[in-house]
Amino acid sequence: MSSAVPTRPALPPVRAARPAVRRTAALLALVAVLVLAFAASLALGSRWLGPGAVWHALVSSDGSDADVIVRDLRLPRTVVAVLIGLCLGIAGALMQGHTRNALAEPGIFGVSSGAAFAVVLGLQLGVADSVSSTVWFALAGALVATFGVQRLASRGSGATPVGLALTGAAVAALLGALTSSIVLLDADTLDAYRFWAVGSVAGRGLDVAGQVLPFALVGLALAAINARDLDLLTLGDDVAAGLGLSIRRARLVGLGAIGLLTAAGVAACGPIGFLGLLAGHVARRMFGARNVWLIPAAGLIGATALILADLVGRLVGGAGEVQAGVVLGIVGAPLFVIVVRRRAVAL
Amino acid sequence: MKSRTIALSILFAVLAVVVALLSLSIGTTKLPVSEVVEVLLGGGRRGTRLVVLDLRLPRVATGLLVGIAFAVSGALLQTLARNALASPDIVGVNSGASAGAVAVIVLAGTGGGNISGVAAKVGIPLAAVLGGLLATLIVGALSIQRGMVDAGRVVLIGVGIAAAANSLVAWLLVIGDVNDAGRAAAWLAGSLNARAWSDAVPVGVAVLLLLPVAIMFNRDLSALVLGDDVASSLGVRVARIRLALLVVATVLAAMATAGAGPIAFIALVAPQIAQRLTRMERPPLVTTAMLGALFVVLADLIARNGLGWLQVGPYELPVGVVTAAAGAPYLLHLIGRQQKGR
Repeated sequence: MSSAVPTRPALPPVRAARPAVRRTAALLALVAVLVLAFAASLALGSRWLGPGAVWHALVSSDGSDADVIVRDLRLPRTVVAVLIGLCLGIAGALMQGHTRNALAEPGIFGVSSGAAFAVVLGLQLGVADSVSSTVWFALAGALVATFGVQRLASRGSGATPVGLALTGAAVAALLGALTSSIVLLDADTLDAYRFWAVGSVAGRGLDVAGQVLPFALVGLALAAINARDLDLLTLGDDVAAGLGLSIRRARLVGLGAIGLLTAAGVAACGPIGFLGLLAGHVARRMFGARNVWLIPAAGLIGATALILADLVGRLVGGAGEVQAGVVLGIVGAPLFVIVVRRRAVAL
Repeated sequence: MKSRTIALSILFAVLAVVVALLSLSIGTTKLPVSEVVEVLLGGGRRGTRLVVLDLRLPRVATGLLVGIAFAVSGALLQTLARNALASPDIVGVNSGASAGAVAVIVLAGTGGGNISGVAAKVGIPLAAVLGGLLATLIVGALSIQRGMVDAGRVVLIGVGIAAAANSLVAWLLVIGDVNDAGRAAAWLAGSLNARAWSDAVPVGVAVLLLLPVAIMFNRDLSALVLGDDVASSLGVRVARIRLALLVVATVLAAMATAGAGPIAFIALVAPQIAQRLTRMERPPLVTTAMLGALFVVLADLIARNGLGWLQVGPYELPVGVVTAAAGAPYLLHLIGRQQKGR
């Protein structure tokens, strides 16, 4: 009887160790998949380039056609896709964790319409005239819209899924009206706007990635800090406070991370919907509710998904590409529906 | 109850006509209302007749008809789903119709910005109706779970389908010629600019055919408000009537969208305000129709002249901008109330 006592506490660590090994392996597998997707994105396109040609272009470029294609066309958009996919995937997982809402998704709740309005305003006022100069406007618009929708939706008894979706829809309609009234007055603004509004990694150079990088890095750092706190928050606010967590600070850090990451994504690529939803959900299926694992996994999945969406759009479209935002919109909507159907939703 | 509803219907109808007359008289050439009335009764000078009958009347008529169609569609859907938020602009009907219509505008455009005659006149309404029906079908089929339709689920799935349709629209705008994209964008905002009789007639036909159908089912709608069980015990064939009215509501919204673009929030707001004012337990169809017509012509009058009155310049805004600016706060208010009532 006395011998049974020491064996009992010995059991849980063994059980806990195994999932940790498995999770590490799964995370490494995700990294491997991301690397494969990255390589595929460099090799595939309207012209197939073998691994040798890609390697040659990366390591010892001599300015041949193949080298130019890889270095100037495919590499920048793939790097942008990795960065923005990482940002949007992590933003999605964070948002789902903080709102305890499986449908929380930065792309469809008014964020992109806020960014769109700011971009169009910048274009119309003549302050912004290229992809790189729209970045600042998109950042500002996305940040304001993120916080605005969140605040409006959590009046009274907190944000419900339906409340959040509809508040996003209302804000999007209002901002969309303002956007279109500007766009319709000026054909040049419309022409620039429509290419921004579709959501794409094509034509985004490394300079764009460089501009949003500071915001992305701060956002990622905040997300890393926030992951452990979020695990405590999921136990409920009272328990988390009892364990010594400052709820207010944790919420603010989380919201700051979501805002910065989403804004960086929208600013660089235009509105790309459903990516955060997709990444957050796949990560949750693989890693359960532990945010310390879930959040990096969501980032890796987001990056892989955005590369693949871009690649699919490139291969399907032929000469005229289908933009990554469109591919994700069409793939993401069914996923959204599946999530909605799985759970009982209350208004 | 009845006399209040009738009185309000008449009041809204009269107001709609008054605003329509004002809309016919106000513009770059100002005409006295008396002259407008004279023209409408068959008199007037030739120049005046041209301005009123050929330029302004098609626009105003389209506005009135589109308002009726959107409002009735919203009233039907809100009654069927027993939820104010299940109106066509939120659950994806308008987005589906938009995707269909934009596809025709962009794909049939010939680079120079000319849609060939037949494609423009038949193609856009047809594609809009098909797109709207497809969206309704998808949302409806996906919302059914274990034989039950949950209103919250309808709304969420509708939002998701609308997002997918919108990304399709964004893509169509990119692949099109810039002139076609411009026309599509103007249409997407919900606009009555430069409407001709060929725009008004399809919506008019839809309203003339389908509004009586909807009114025919008035008693069944009242029974449906009490719940499916009560309704079927009252002898209502619930499933069949639900399907029929769903089709009627979708076609109305899609035809209206084809005529003037997805004018925002008419379908959401008009039924709700009509219901509030008549103090009924569901949106009354005729009152809602009159209110919808009033809203659209009023919003168009403001959209057409608002910037001029504010001395900003001679720009005309699309009517959808005005309805969205007025309707979005109302939607936010409605969400707040539903959440409090939870």
